[in-house]
Amino acid sequence: MSGILASMIDGLLIGSVYGLAAMGLSLIWGVMDVINLTHGSVIALGMFGMYILFAAFPVNAYFLLLPILVAGLLLGLVIYWISVHWVIGRSQLSSLLSTFAVNMMIIGIGTAIWSTSPYNVNFTLRGFTVGAYTFTGNHIAAATAAVIIALALELFLYRTRPGKAIRAVADNREAAELMGISSTMVLALAFAIGIALAASSGALVSTLFPFTILSGAGYQMKSFVVTVLAGLGKPLGALAAGVLLGLLEGAVTPFIAVSWIPLIEFGLFVVVLVAFPKGIFTRATA
Amino acid sequence: MILRRPVFWLILIFAALMAFIPFHANDVSMREDLILVAIAVILASNLNLMIGYTGYVNFGHIVFYGLGGYVGLYLATVRNWNLVPASLAAGVVVSLFALMLGMGILRLRGAYFALATIGVLLAVQSFVANFDPWGRSTGLYVDFSAYERLGGARHALWMTYFLVIGVMALSMILSLGIKISKFGLGLFAIREDEDAAVVLGVNTTVFKAIIYSVSAFLPAVAGALMFYKNGMIDPSIAFEFMLSLEGIVMLMLGGKGTVVGAALGGGLYEKLRSYLLTSPKLSNFQLVIAGGLLLLVVLFAPGGLIGWLYRLVPRARKVIE
Repeated sequence: MSGILASMIDGLLIGSVYGLAAMGLSLIWGVMDVINLTHGSVIALGMFGMYILFAAFPVNAYFLLLPILVAGLLLGLVIYWISVHWVIGRSQLSSLLSTFAVNMMIIGIGTAIWSTSPYNVNFTLRGFTVGAYTFTGNHIAAATAAVIIALALELFLYRTRPGKAIRAVADNREAAELMGISSTMVLALAFAIGIALAASSGALVSTLFPFTILSGAGYQMKSFVVTVLAGLGKPLGALAAGVLLGLLEGAVTPFIAVSWIPLIEFGLFVVVLVAFPKGIFTRATA
Repeated sequence: MILRRPVFWLILIFAALMAFIPFHANDVSMREDLILVAIAVILASNLNLMIGYTGYVNFGHIVFYGLGGYVGLYLATVRNWNLVPASLAAGVVVSLFALMLGMGILRLRGAYFALATIGVLLAVQSFVANFDPWGRSTGLYVDFSAYERLGGARHALWMTYFLVIGVMALSMILSLGIKISKFGLGLFAIREDEDAAVVLGVNTTVFKAIIYSVSAFLPAVAGALMFYKNGMIDPSIAFEFMLSLEGIVMLMLGGKGTVVGAALGGGLYEKLRSYLLTSPKLSNFQLVIAGGLLLLVVLFAPGGLIGWLYRLVPRARKVIE
C-alpha cells in the first residue's frame, strides 16, 4: 500500500511538469485558436537545450531554466512568424498543417544533429528517504520550478497590462482591436510565451528521465489530454489537471506495464472530449 | 455515369502501363520502385477522402495500413489462409473497426478530431505492442514455405505487385466514384459548413463514420499485401508515424480534394523521397525537406499542383478531376 502512495507522490511531482507543458499548449490554443503542433518538438528542444547548457556550464541545472525560458521566447517569435502569422484567420486546418510542417523540420534537423539515440543530463540533487522509498531531489525541484513558473504566468496574465491585453484578445479579438490593442503583437507574445513554457517543461523533464529527439511526442499527447481535461484558457486549471494526470499514472503504474499508458491516456482523452467538452472544471452549459 | 468521365479511362490506362512495363522488361528493381509509388498513391488517395472531401484531418491514417498488415499476416501465416481472401478479410475487419471507432471519435469536430487521430495511432501501436497473438513487439513473420503455395517466391512477388496495382486503380476509381455521387456531395457540404449541412438534411454523423470506414478499406488491403510481400511486420514498421505524415504532404502537394492530385502528389513525393534517401548529402534531411515542402504548399499554394493547374488552364477542371 505504501508503494502505491510513493508512486502516487512521484506521479504528483511529475504531473506538475505535465501541467506546465500543457499550459503552453492551452495558452496558444485559447488565445488564437491555433493548435500548436510544434509543441512536442519544442519540448524536445528544451531537453536538448538543457543538455547543451549543462554540458557548458555545470552549475545547478535548475538555474539554467532562465536562459532556456528566454531562448524559448525568441524561438516562439520565430515559429510564430514562420508558420502562424500567415494563416491567422484562415481555417483551423491551415494552422494545424503549417505548425505540423515546422514540427517535421525541427525533428528532422534534430535527428540529423543528435540522431535518435538517448541522452541524459547528469545532475542529481540529494533527496530524502522515507522507509524503503526515496524521493529524489530532482523530482521535488522540478515540481517546485514548474509551480513557480505557473504562478508567475498567472500573475502576468492577471496583474499586468500585457497580460490583460492577452486576455482581451482571447475573449474577443475585434473588440480588443477597437480598444487600441495591436492584436498581432499580442498574438506573437502569447505564442512566444506558450513556446517558452513548452521548452522549460522539456528542460525540467530532461533532469528526470533520459530522452531522445522524439521524446516530445509522448509529452505532446499528455499535454493534449491535460488541456482538454482542464478546458481552454485556464492556466492554473491546466496545472491542476496535469497533477491529476500524474497522480493517475502514479496510481496505475504499479499494476500494469508502462507500455499500456498511451492506451489509457487516449481513452481518457476521448471520454473527456465527448463527455465534458469544456473541461472538467466547468459546469456544462448547453 | 462514371464511364463517361475521361479520368476513369486515364486511371485504367495508367494502371495497366504501370503493371505491364516492368513485367515486360522483367525489371525487378523497377517493380520495387513502382510498388512503393503505388502504395503512396493508395495512401494519399484514401486520405483524400477524409482531408480533401470531408475536411477532417486524419493524422493517424497509417493505422489502417498497419492493422491491415497485421490482420492479413495473421490470417495468412497462423491460420494458413490464401493471400487474396486474407487481404480482403483484413480490409473488412479494419473497416468495421474504423466504423466503430468513427462513431465515437467523429462526434468530435475539426481540430479535436485531428488530435484524437494522433491518439488513435499511439493507442493502437501500444495495444499491438502488448498483444500476444500478434507477437508483441517482435511481430509476425511469413514462413518461406507460404510462398510455395503461390507457385514460388518469384511468382508470388509478381502476383502481389499486380494486386497492389489493382488496389491502386481501385483507390482512384473509388475517389472518382464518390466525387461524382450524391454521397460525395454530402461530404463536400460537411467540408464547407457542417452546420449548414445538418440543416440541409445531411446525416453528418453517419456520413462521416461511413467515409472514415471506407477510407480504411483499401489501405488495409494494401497493407496486408505489402507486409506479406516483405515477409514480416512489427509495431514500429507497421505504424510508422512518419509515413502517416508523409501521406498528408503528398496529398497537399498534389492538391487535396481532387482524384488526380492525390495520385500525382503520391507518385511525385515517393520519387523525391527515394532520390533523397539515396543521395549521400541529403539523406539526413528528408524530414526537413518534406516539412518545408508542406509549409510552402500550405502557406502559398493551398490548392497544390492541381490547384495551380486549374488557375493556369481553367478548362482543365472538366477533364482532370
